[in-house]
Amino acid sequence: MMNEIPNMVPALPEIFVAGIGMALLMLGVFQKADDAAAEVRTSRMITRLGMITLVLAMMLVATVAGSTFHTFGGMFISDPFAVYFKVLILFASALTLAISQNYMENQGIARFEYTVLVIFATLGMMMMVSASNLLSLYIGLEMQSLSLYVIATFNRDDERSTEAGLKYFVLGAVASGMLLYGSSLVYGFTGTTDFAVLGHMFEGAHAPQASIGLIVGIVFILAGLSFKVSAVPFHMWTPDVYEGAPTPVTAFFSVGPKIAAIALFIRVMVGPFGDLVEHWQQIIVLISVASMLLGAFAAINQTNIKRMMAYSSIGHVGYALIGLVVANESGVRGIMIYMAVYLFMNIGAFACILTMRRAGRMVENISDLAGMSKTHPMIAAALAVFMFSMAGIPPLAGFFSKLYIFFAAVEAGYFALAVIGVLSSVVGAFYYLRIIKVVYFDPPDESLDTPVDRNLGLVIFGTAMIIVLFIAFPGVIIDGASTAAAALFAK
Amino acid sequence: MNYFPILSLLIFVPLIGAVFILAIRGEQEVVNRNARHVALWTSSAVFLLSLLLWAGFDNSTADFQFVEQVRWMPDFNIAYHVGVDGISVLFVLLTTLLTPICILASWESIQERVKEYMIAFLVLETMMVGMFVALDIFVFYIFFEAVLLPMFLIIGVWGGPKRVYAAFKLFLYTLLGSVLMLIAVLAMYVDAGTADIPTLLTHNFSASMQTWLWLAFFASFAVKMPMWPVHTWLPDAHVEAPTAGSVILAGVLLKFGGYGFLRFSLPMFPLATLDFTPLIYTLSIIAIIYTSLVALAQEDMKKLIAYSSVAHMGFVTIGTFTQTVQGVEGAIYQMLSHGVVSAALFLIVGVVYDRIHSREITMYGGLVHRMPVYALAFMVFMLASVGLPGTGGFVGEFLVLLGTFQVNPWVAALASTGVILGAVYMLYLYRRIIFGQLTKEHLMKITDLSKREIMIFAPLAVLVLWMGIYPSSFLDVMHVSVNHLIDRVETAQAASHALLAGR
Repeated sequence: MMNEIPNMVPALPEIFVAGIGMALLMLGVFQKADDAAAEVRTSRMITRLGMITLVLAMMLVATVAGSTFHTFGGMFISDPFAVYFKVLILFASALTLAISQNYMENQGIARFEYTVLVIFATLGMMMMVSASNLLSLYIGLEMQSLSLYVIATFNRDDERSTEAGLKYFVLGAVASGMLLYGSSLVYGFTGTTDFAVLGHMFEGAHAPQASIGLIVGIVFILAGLSFKVSAVPFHMWTPDVYEGAPTPVTAFFSVGPKIAAIALFIRVMVGPFGDLVEHWQQIIVLISVASMLLGAFAAINQTNIKRMMAYSSIGHVGYALIGLVVANESGVRGIMIYMAVYLFMNIGAFACILTMRRAGRMVENISDLAGMSKTHPMIAAALAVFMFSMAGIPPLAGFFSKLYIFFAAVEAGYFALAVIGVLSSVVGAFYYLRIIKVVYFDPPDESLDTPVDRNLGLVIFGTAMIIVLFIAFPGVIIDGASTAAAALFAK
Repeated sequence: MNYFPILSLLIFVPLIGAVFILAIRGEQEVVNRNARHVALWTSSAVFLLSLLLWAGFDNSTADFQFVEQVRWMPDFNIAYHVGVDGISVLFVLLTTLLTPICILASWESIQERVKEYMIAFLVLETMMVGMFVALDIFVFYIFFEAVLLPMFLIIGVWGGPKRVYAAFKLFLYTLLGSVLMLIAVLAMYVDAGTADIPTLLTHNFSASMQTWLWLAFFASFAVKMPMWPVHTWLPDAHVEAPTAGSVILAGVLLKFGGYGFLRFSLPMFPLATLDFTPLIYTLSIIAIIYTSLVALAQEDMKKLIAYSSVAHMGFVTIGTFTQTVQGVEGAIYQMLSHGVVSAALFLIVGVVYDRIHSREITMYGGLVHRMPVYALAFMVFMLASVGLPGTGGFVGEFLVLLGTFQVNPWVAALASTGVILGAVYMLYLYRRIIFGQLTKEHLMKITDLSKREIMIFAPLAVLVLWMGIYPSSFLDVMHVSVNHLIDRVETAQAASHALLAGR
């Protein structure tokens, strides 16, 4: 098997992204960078090319959609499930690049390496969702994480950004270590790291009982993955990193890596360990409930909007994990819809945060939004849409994503979990409403700068439209999620 | 069937008007004027359309009419399914009647952000009409909860000094109730395999499940209603809301709970309804007596009317749960007449508030000397609220008490004290504001109703008297549907008794 040349076609999008990423790096390096202006010019060009690359990659992903391929000796899988998440990830990265450039230029940190790192992180994420072996999983994860550590500190003269990057690195390394240790335990007790083989091992009535060592291994893997999705109790890094990192990077952190890690979470738990569900389910229940509650209550007292968004994202992960507790097709479908909606809400909300600029300087306090509805009526309206959507109020998309999650829970009989979920969403509604209150009800003190960067405006408009019009065209996202979820459970 | 999509038009025409207003650009003055006109014409057109609906409505059947159904959510068996029966059609009319009146009432009192205000009202109208005509339980839920968005903004942006507190309280109270209902809705969907309301109406849920579902729906409807003790958001919301916000809140939003009980709790969970009827009676009687006394002690006009609303809603819940034809029809009638009367009373308060900018009762007195037309209008609505024969209020209360008396004379006796207390606080209010000597300095130059204001009150006054003098034009519409509803509830309860007896 090793002597044959593996089938490259399923991995074409990844190969393309990797190749272009390196080419862009070279292109950037060999550009003349005599002065600051030239550097900005280069970064602009690379960003534009990067966005085109990501869009092309999306098309390539679409060409391999529809069926399931295994390649590289079973290390790599391309199925509708992976395709769905890859599209989301590519959207996240492309939108991030769209909202980054202006910010980077204003902060004086516009360098082409940023785009290249985002592309490599994207590559890592794509590999994560296509991993079908504990080893390829780890490689994808590390590829992603290492790029992210660097872009967290991208504003290297800023103390907070450096601190954020360092914190992320240290804690991220611990998590990766846990994941790797867990993988080694699983290997030690089963003799394989391949998902398909592991899956067969526990299948059927004659399956051997899971040994303690294996369970410990799974728990370690779970802990590592929980860290990556920033679920309680592995969430402590999130608020600090979100606050410290440059805002577009925070936007990226809150969607890209999270979506990839959730996909990985589903892939690992439902795939190889799906038949051991009673062993790990209670852990996910606990993590999910704790995340929802912490996300709801801890956000109330935040004054910094990026910190608030950090807690909000912790809460959202809690809701998404309900789908994993259920661990059936409708649960996974719920998560997939949830993550898609979450992606657009969050990018949109962060794009609104990026417009918070007063006299050329970024401001981050919730109170700085006061009176925005008078000075920026359209952006204020979009922000209100995002906040109501995050609170899960119909008729916005955020309601439907919660609806599908809770439906899965109720269908499988997890009433208590659903009730805790809806109640914490009421608490959560309080702080989302607080943003709307500041924007709409409070009188303006000093107004924020106008006009707003055109790219930002476009991203805000586009994402807000997606959130508002979801009700009219629910099939676009839901059909994709349904096929993808069905593919994951097709044996 | 009828292929003219009248219900969809009723739902979406306001939304189109809102989009139109959104597109208005130009100078502030021009924008404001245009926004007002667009909103008024849109909502008036919707009202005329709803008159067509009324005219085309067939009184002789309990089936849903003007039904439209379009497949909507993939996988989920959810459809955009709308239709009206005798219970809901009049609520649609109430909504479409009050919206243009609200817009007229805000013509001059709203000067800031007129565009957004008008958009909020038109969106609100969409949600309210949608709520009453939805025949898919998810569509119902979406409209039911989406009402909160415009209402939150209306109170929060254009409200009084404590508007933030009031808006949050309204939002979170009602949200807390509704999310529990959402879980129940999902459970019903899983159990019955459909979200279609007509199908669910014929589905028999198991007795234990009915109890839980009933409680979850109760959590939502009791807050919306509002029933004692979860009524506390209402006085705050009313006091802080702009006049038109109060009108819509009292006129239409309070009817959501009562409508929900009639559409879901009674026919879908008949066994649980039987079990919980004593609870409803108790809470309602407390509401009637307690909030009437509280109303008596109020110094703020709007608060007084808000508490009186809670008391009137007590009648509605009692009537609904008597499960007699008179009781249920009385409850619906009481909701309709309260919708008109309380809306008018809030407008009455709004008139003097626009002039003096105070709602304190002690700030007024002797208004009859300067404002005779106002005094007359106030009297008509005040007496309707008291339930004087010849006004709409009488018919509703009388029918409710009639129905209640057949089932439980004690409840009827206690509830009728509410009629007396109602007369006490309303007449007391009227005396303090209208009669007496005109001594207060700031009232010396107060002007009587303007033409625009007379235009607002005249149709409401006519309607109140019509409802009192010839109630058949409204009762006939609901009669067959209510009979059908009662039949269904009684059959289900009898079947379960027979089952128990047979064991």
